[in-house]
Amino acid sequence: MKTYNNRAWFLVLPVLLCVAFSAILPLMTVVNYSVQDILSPTQSVFVGTEWFKTVLRDADLHGALARQLIFSLAVLAVQIPLGILIALCMPASGWRASLALVLISLPLLIPWNVVGTIWQIFGRGDIGLMGYTLNSLGMDYNYNGNSIDAWMTVLVMDIWHWTPLVVLLCYAGLRAIPDAYYQAARIDGASRFAVFRFIQLPKMRNVLMIAVLLRFMDSFMIYTEPFVLTGGGPGNATTFLSQYLTQKAVGQFDLGPASAFSLIYFLIILLFCFVLYTWMQRVGTGDAK
Amino acid sequence: MMDKRISTTLLVAFLLLSLLPIYWMLNMSLKTNEEIVGTLSLWPHHLTFANYKTIFTDPSWYSGYINSMIYVAMNMVMSVAVALPAAYAFSRYNFLGDKHLFFWLLTNRMTPPAVFLLPFFQLYSTVGLMDTHLAVALAHMVFNVPLAVWILEGFMSGIPKEIDETAYIDGYTFPRFFVKIFLPMIKSGIGVTAFFCFMFSWVELLLARTLTSVNAKPIAATMTRTVSAAGMDWGVLAAAGVLTIVPGALVIWFVRHYIAKGFAMGRV
Repeated sequence: MKTYNNRAWFLVLPVLLCVAFSAILPLMTVVNYSVQDILSPTQSVFVGTEWFKTVLRDADLHGALARQLIFSLAVLAVQIPLGILIALCMPASGWRASLALVLISLPLLIPWNVVGTIWQIFGRGDIGLMGYTLNSLGMDYNYNGNSIDAWMTVLVMDIWHWTPLVVLLCYAGLRAIPDAYYQAARIDGASRFAVFRFIQLPKMRNVLMIAVLLRFMDSFMIYTEPFVLTGGGPGNATTFLSQYLTQKAVGQFDLGPASAFSLIYFLIILLFCFVLYTWMQRVGTGDAK
Repeated sequence: MMDKRISTTLLVAFLLLSLLPIYWMLNMSLKTNEEIVGTLSLWPHHLTFANYKTIFTDPSWYSGYINSMIYVAMNMVMSVAVALPAAYAFSRYNFLGDKHLFFWLLTNRMTPPAVFLLPFFQLYSTVGLMDTHLAVALAHMVFNVPLAVWILEGFMSGIPKEIDETAYIDGYTFPRFFVKIFLPMIKSGIGVTAFFCFMFSWVELLLARTLTSVNAKPIAATMTRTVSAAGMDWGVLAAAGVLTIVPGALVIWFVRHYIAKGFAMGRV
């Protein structure tokens, strides 16, 4: 059992100060901007919830949000099943398992802008293997001109980039299943599918939940990869929430709406965070079945 | 288990497909620009290291790597240093508001950097930190400190509390116990944490790009600038990309058993 000791606060203090400087302070600035109209550095007017109303009525924002949701759901729909499948294919131990682990994780360690660059090169019709192959198969593939192609490329890129994470988590979950379960299943003459359905899947429930939430939230803040690959284009086709916010905040320097939007974005994330936190606590203490 | 042959085939196919784009970039970095644009060759016919030479001799390229290295290293050291005592507190004690604090740390890891963009820009301009390595290192602490605390807490909870108690009975003071006994015991945990701090700071672009302009410009920003320029130098771009993968690829072998734990914030 942990002891109750409020002096532990002294140990947490450095973290608190650091993160306060880099998170609370900025967040308060955002709150401040979101309710004021900054006319000049010395002159500002309190406008109440005006910016929030503006932002909520913004048609471009609705578009970005819809694209974001479709994207995140599509990412989950492909990555989770694929991740489970690959994790089931992994060897249990030995140097083969280590090698497969390292090779699978490789895309996770690539800087996000380089991920964009890799696919930019790979997908081009003239110099890229994928673009060239698709074009010579008779498809008119061009991620810079066609919105559908751009969308698919961003999606495939994300699947390539992040499925390894799902594989790793599922693999860790699978390794935690005691051998006795499999022996019992063998004695009962359980089919391969039954083993998966009634032993592996329930045992992976917690890691899968973490994987789903992490993937959902990380895909919800995707910025760098589409920025490098398509720059949010063609048109608005691949402009997701972070892109849109960055355009507003840095490109047009619309302080009020951008801040109001930041806060709304933050609140959405906060909601999912709470769900994730609850699940992680359950995994951590191991009281979940 | 699943039929051995099918599962091996599937795994190998997945690995090949996922390595193909990386191979393509590596392939391209070893070609001349004429060969890249002229013909589509599956391997370099005229092997050349000129692209790498360009990067190592042109200051505007290699200074990007140096800048990135500096702020990543600063961030790594600072994040682990502040996270160590905090993780110990979370793993050993209950205190007023501990659960709330832990949750709040998680929200910082999950907040889109874009949300912090505007205030960071203003804040760092005001205190005169713009375009310094420290600015980027501090900004990256927003998501790295929570990550470090979570991972370290996972490792520390694995060490029985009796060890602490025995040390206190033997007359160790807390700081001496922490440095002499406790830290050596979670060496691997610290290594893994440092690796993940390194990695997440290394791969981030949005904040690093916004907070710097000339003096601390990271390699990632240097690369995007080249992308937008007319008359693309594909070979050099590919070579720069390959060089950014190398550090991660070298260290990953050492953390392979903990990599799932790291990505799940110490909770697997």
